[in-house]
Amino acid sequence: MNDRREIALKDRIIDYFRILRTKQGFKTFTAVAMAVGVGLLAGLLVLIVANPGKSFFGFLYILIGPFGDRSPMIGIGEMLYYTTPILFTGLSVGFAFKTGMFNIGASGQFMVGQCAALYVAFYGQSLGAIQWVVAVIAGILAGALWGFFVGLFKALFNVNEVITAIMFNYIGLNLVNILVRGNPLIYDLNRARSYKIPAGARLPDFGLQSIFPGSSVDIGIIIAILVAIMLYIVLNKTTFGYELKAVGLNKNASRYAGINDKKSIILSMSIAGALSGLGGALQILSPGVITAGKSLGKEYTPTDIVASEGFNGIPVALLGLSNPIAIIFSAIFVTYLQRLNYPIEIIDIIIAIIIYFSAFAILMRNILASAISRRKDKKAFEDSTIDHPDIDNGGAV
Amino acid sequence: MDYIIEMLNITKEFPGIIANDNITLQLRRGEIHALLGENGAGKSTLMSVLFGLYQPEKGEIHKNGEYVEIRNPNDANDLGIGMVHQHFKLVENFTVLDNIILGVEPTKNGFIDRKLARQKVLELSESYKLFIDPDKLIEDISVGMQQRVEILKMLYRNNEVLIFDEPTAVLTPQEIDELMLIMKNFAADGKSIIFITHKLNEIMAVADRCTVLRKGKLMGTVDIKDSSKKELSKMMVGREIDFEIQKNPAKIGKVVLDVEGLNVISSHTKKHLVEDVSFQVRAGEIVCIAGIEGNGQSELVYAITGLTKINSGTVKINDIDITNKSIRFRNDNGISHIPEDRHKFGLVLDYSLAKNLVLKKYHKPEFNNHGFINEDAINEFADKLIEQYDVRSGQGRVTITRSMSGGNQQKAIIAREVSQDSDLLISMQATRGLDVGAIDYINHQIIAQRDKGKAVLMVTLELDEVMTLSDRILVMYNGKIVADVDPKKTTIAELGLYMAGGSGGKDNE
Repeated sequence: MNDRREIALKDRIIDYFRILRTKQGFKTFTAVAMAVGVGLLAGLLVLIVANPGKSFFGFLYILIGPFGDRSPMIGIGEMLYYTTPILFTGLSVGFAFKTGMFNIGASGQFMVGQCAALYVAFYGQSLGAIQWVVAVIAGILAGALWGFFVGLFKALFNVNEVITAIMFNYIGLNLVNILVRGNPLIYDLNRARSYKIPAGARLPDFGLQSIFPGSSVDIGIIIAILVAIMLYIVLNKTTFGYELKAVGLNKNASRYAGINDKKSIILSMSIAGALSGLGGALQILSPGVITAGKSLGKEYTPTDIVASEGFNGIPVALLGLSNPIAIIFSAIFVTYLQRLNYPIEIIDIIIAIIIYFSAFAILMRNILASAISRRKDKKAFEDSTIDHPDIDNGGAV
Repeated sequence: MDYIIEMLNITKEFPGIIANDNITLQLRRGEIHALLGENGAGKSTLMSVLFGLYQPEKGEIHKNGEYVEIRNPNDANDLGIGMVHQHFKLVENFTVLDNIILGVEPTKNGFIDRKLARQKVLELSESYKLFIDPDKLIEDISVGMQQRVEILKMLYRNNEVLIFDEPTAVLTPQEIDELMLIMKNFAADGKSIIFITHKLNEIMAVADRCTVLRKGKLMGTVDIKDSSKKELSKMMVGREIDFEIQKNPAKIGKVVLDVEGLNVISSHTKKHLVEDVSFQVRAGEIVCIAGIEGNGQSELVYAITGLTKINSGTVKINDIDITNKSIRFRNDNGISHIPEDRHKFGLVLDYSLAKNLVLKKYHKPEFNNHGFINEDAINEFADKLIEQYDVRSGQGRVTITRSMSGGNQQKAIIAREVSQDSDLLISMQATRGLDVGAIDYINHQIIAQRDKGKAVLMVTLELDEVMTLSDRILVMYNGKIVADVDPKKTTIAELGLYMAGGSGGKDNE
């Protein structure tokens, strides 16, 4: 009796691992972990070549991260604060990837999101307590509009989204500059940047300041994590996500199945744009305790360069293999590396190598999967190979 | 024995699969040697080894009794081995002559000596009765003629071993007969031919010997004159195949599909892809559309299913005008569609089997709980279909369909479409590229639908299928329906005439 129960339990545990092995998340995690390991080792090699004497101290410094010279809580809080924008652009790029598109326009969407939030911050003082909420929503809408155009051109005229998105980055950049510079209520001519965001429009900290006192962290990171979870649910559990992904994977089959592919493409890009816009709004509305010094509140400085947050979203999405939950961690990780007080060249090399290897993630995943399969389930594996694929696929093994 | 090419004990492995397992093929001088096998049996791999595209793990190749090494197609060419690929490798906007000499152009003082080339090409064309016009552009000549250009390419290079990879798939019955004659002429002239096919009739008609492969293994080489279709098919699939399809008389009911004056015009070329097509399909009958590929069959089906825009005309299902309705409306109101390209249209290859099985149903209340996917219901539904239609895969419903075999991918599509229980089933080349066993299964499913009182519209290029399955045959040529015939009162030869554009002296629809 007892024996039988034990066997049943054992079977269940084996079953559990069998299922775990087939889960995408597990495979993703192992693959990315391998890529990160290889990237860090390569970084160590670069350090040894560059400066053999100090390389191991340097590497140790990388591993300790931004916690070394301050209290760890400030370090973590700062890291979370810096994570928010690229978490959003990462989600934006990743969401577009999942639905079969490359959103290289996250930067433009980010900037118009910033600009819309800025306007609400300066003009919406009568809104009172909900001003920051309205500003955030304005950012979402502005970003969504920027993504909408890209999707629209792709859906209606089959214009490659990369081209439109890059053009819209520049349109966004210059439009925002015009809107900010040309408005004396917002733009401080003497300092060549906007005035600081009025206090009423700044984000609340949602109690995070009591956990990470002295850091810049605010409610943005919580919103970001909630949005990531929501995206995960939308993509994996809803019929809407099923449609968007189906169109991304095979537009023709989706059309054949009765899905409105044009609508899906437009919606996908609009959502991706909304995510970047939301990131931009939260970034500009953040009180920014440390970065802004004693005086709270951020300001917008018109530049001639497209916001880097958008491009940083690409490695974040790649490293997270476009999985919204994984992107939370990859955004934190990339921020961690970028915020090191360390020669940025070395950090860029490490990030580049990690991204490079996560491009091999699929390969690694398969190697790993077959290595495990070979040990167990030998029979099941044989069954599946007897049923060999079409020759037109099989030849390309 | 005088062997020109011997492939001895060839073994070629790919990860997880042995494509060729200890295969020996000996080609006699001046014979037509058929290579028979289902899809995935290893025919293409074996020929790729001979052509230098793959290096075998084991085994060697001999020519005229001597060991040779073939590292790439150029080596094969130097050894006089030439191949007519299934998909022609021609430059569309070059002339026939330029295509033939491409890569081996004769030159005089650094300029192409077209005169010399033309002379040689015309000589070859004449002596083998190929009748080509060297100055025509490839894009202006028929598929059959294009194939002859490919053949001339081999002859021009003095190849003595000619490989034909499924050469008849693109031809009309008349062109097939002519090709058979040409092949026989080559053999009589001392050239040696390897003829890859899975059509038994052609082997019986033209081949001297036949080597049969099954699942990468050699099943044997037989003399055709001592063999039969039945024996060959048994060697190929490993069991007896009944070539006769039992079919009850049709019980024809009301009109289900009514197409009236349909026109589809290409937005690029402004050509009529489908021109003034009208026909009806009634409950309980199988209507077959025969024709050579590219004569408007695809566009006609796309117009009915909503995948392409109709320029004029009407389409009605059960008296509902669906001409301007969405694809979803059509799917939900009586159209099931087995598409011609199962990878492009039929499946989201990176979705699981279960998700593909609900591709047209996921939005229905039983699977859609206020916008959320009802996974349990989907799984239950998928398991039911997988069992009922015997869809085999590595991991059941969670299998990614990309990893499934072509036959089982097609079974999954058929399971999905048939389970829609629509009044009209459109089957477009459902058996293309499948092995005999799967073809048999699919044809029986289609007949079962007809016997259940469904209307079936079937498009196929296989004339044998047209003749055995259909209750009525429509022939399409150049976008028009040129014939409406009864399969019991016609012959393949007559169909062939219609398909090639001849009126056959009969009244046109």
